[in-house]
Amino acid sequence: MPEIKNYTLNFGPQHPAAHGVLRLVLEMDGEVIERADPHIGLLHRGTEKLAETKPFNQNIGYMDRLDYVSMMCNEHGYVLAIEKLLELEIPERAKYIRVMFDEITRILNHLMWIGTHALDVGAMTMFLYAFREREDLMDLYEAVSGTRMHATYYRPGGVARDLPDAMPQYQESRWRSKKEAARLNENRQGSLLDFTEDFTNRFPGYIDEYETLLTDNRIWKQRTVGIGVVTQERAFQLGFTGPMLRGSGVEWDLRKKQPYEVYDRMDFDIPVGTNGDCYDRYLVRIEEMRQSNRIVKQCISWLKDNPGIVLSENHKVAAPRREMAKADMEGLIHHFKLFTEGYTVPEGEVYTAIEHPKGEFGVFLISDGANKPYRLKVRAPGFAHLSSMNEMATGHMLSDVVAIIGTQDIVFGEIDR
Amino acid sequence: MATSLKQLADSLGRNFGKQLVSVEIKYQEVTVVVTPENLIEVATQLKESEEFKFEQLVDLCGVDYSQFGVAEWQTNDASNAGFSRGVDVSTTTGRLQFGDELESVVDNGARFAAVYHLISYQNNCRLRLKVFAADDSFPVVPTITDVWASADWYEREAFDLFGLLFSGHPDLRRILTDYGFVGHPFRKDFPLIGNVEMRYDSVKRRVIYEPVSIEPRVLVPKVIREDHRYISDEQMIQEKEEAKGDA
Repeated sequence: MPEIKNYTLNFGPQHPAAHGVLRLVLEMDGEVIERADPHIGLLHRGTEKLAETKPFNQNIGYMDRLDYVSMMCNEHGYVLAIEKLLELEIPERAKYIRVMFDEITRILNHLMWIGTHALDVGAMTMFLYAFREREDLMDLYEAVSGTRMHATYYRPGGVARDLPDAMPQYQESRWRSKKEAARLNENRQGSLLDFTEDFTNRFPGYIDEYETLLTDNRIWKQRTVGIGVVTQERAFQLGFTGPMLRGSGVEWDLRKKQPYEVYDRMDFDIPVGTNGDCYDRYLVRIEEMRQSNRIVKQCISWLKDNPGIVLSENHKVAAPRREMAKADMEGLIHHFKLFTEGYTVPEGEVYTAIEHPKGEFGVFLISDGANKPYRLKVRAPGFAHLSSMNEMATGHMLSDVVAIIGTQDIVFGEIDR
Repeated sequence: MATSLKQLADSLGRNFGKQLVSVEIKYQEVTVVVTPENLIEVATQLKESEEFKFEQLVDLCGVDYSQFGVAEWQTNDASNAGFSRGVDVSTTTGRLQFGDELESVVDNGARFAAVYHLISYQNNCRLRLKVFAADDSFPVVPTITDVWASADWYEREAFDLFGLLFSGHPDLRRILTDYGFVGHPFRKDFPLIGNVEMRYDSVKRRVIYEPVSIEPRVLVPKVIREDHRYISDEQMIQEKEEAKGDA
């Protein structure tokens, strides 16, 4: 018998399956993991410290850059915390817009997740499919905020602007013939809501396509069934939230249990897994996309019937409209104060949590009565998930580590902050 | 929320009595302050007992209260020359440079706190637990990794960023900052621009560290305004009475 010794393997930080900058130090016995020690912090930018030196509104943009595949959900957690301290009521229409974009963001996030997860495990096509749909959703982001990713769209008091009446159009160019551009513009003739509705009608068909490729796929099942099993008890202990917790059979969703905005008026179901392995978590997330699609549909029909303001008219906090700032003395003063000094927030501490696509995204905000946060702590779901890497990976093969990284849906923007 | 916050606060008082320093309900959230000596006992009971059942530690973070309530502009009253204008260099955390010192405005023992956020899935309620470290120069808090396993990395993070020491932690290494980093960056007396910067030196053919060359650049000063919209009625009455007494 040849003698086999344990050895240490360095995985990442520059590895395509490391989802960014994860460095794993793996102690291996042959091809079996004995111990996994994740080294994080390679993307640490000190967001929380930076936030302490900037007025409240200037930090919204930093929130986008935390979990950079579910941008608006991060903003949502932050503005909710400010609104709670200010005890600010926001217009009904803004609540529906926020819910709609939260769910669009959830679909965006899950598409990114399924694309990269499947790519890591060996299914190249999924990646191309998922990015095809992401394109439409990013166009929605662009139409509403001007940027495809880092939207900075939510504001304490509502959202920055109302939904546009027209979608941007494709232009004829050297690379795109007139006919091609016209084909791409076909469903962009109406308002943003019309385009979103068109997408929600198409999307269930797309999910069916993904499921055809993966759900009964023999290779996919071999790579995910029984991998990274976490029991309910351990899931609580390890701080799991969101799809990771639901995959282990806990029926828990903040949108249902501690509803915020208008989720209590929405009709949707919570998918729950039974075995707590990678395959169950895959099924949970797939079903979440279908449910998100349902919520978006309900929001569209409400938003079409109910025009109104989208930003609070409390101009001590929310900026007045441009015409008002130009023509009205009060408006001018408010505008000047808000954009030079910002608003002060009463002294206090709040913790707000939302159901982020990855789990519970919490913002712990301490204010000492100033125009800047005294301390901002972002509770990123991925941080707790990644900390369980050692427990989930021990005893599995090296190739399963890649599946486990995929199933944890890790994004380093939020983990390193 | 399944159980009302008042009920939760009452039963906390009943069960723990003198072990708690204070119980407070504010902004629909319950905050409990505990001394480091009682932390483990209280935490274990909060997790185990049927009445509370806080199964999960959602979040743990450090806080440095040393500059709480310190503003750069005085806005309470205007002197002959108007409100205070122009910001004193290096008085707040954003404008510090290497070697500057910042004095703590709070008493010893009230500077560093570890804040725990708990959730009970069974009762659908949340609780905030706060522990102040007794000594500012050597802040120690017992670890709760034995109660909730998720505390492991959170405690490492609080240690890394604030220098809070968690006694009994199995593996208290730095987690977010660079290998070989010096200092605890989220302390209020740590400059925002940092102390050192790193570059590749082509002569020495290795990465070297040098003192930072950038200037602090905080554009908007920190202002605290006394806003009467946020002052409660009782406070108003009290202030009025004080004013009467003075007269």
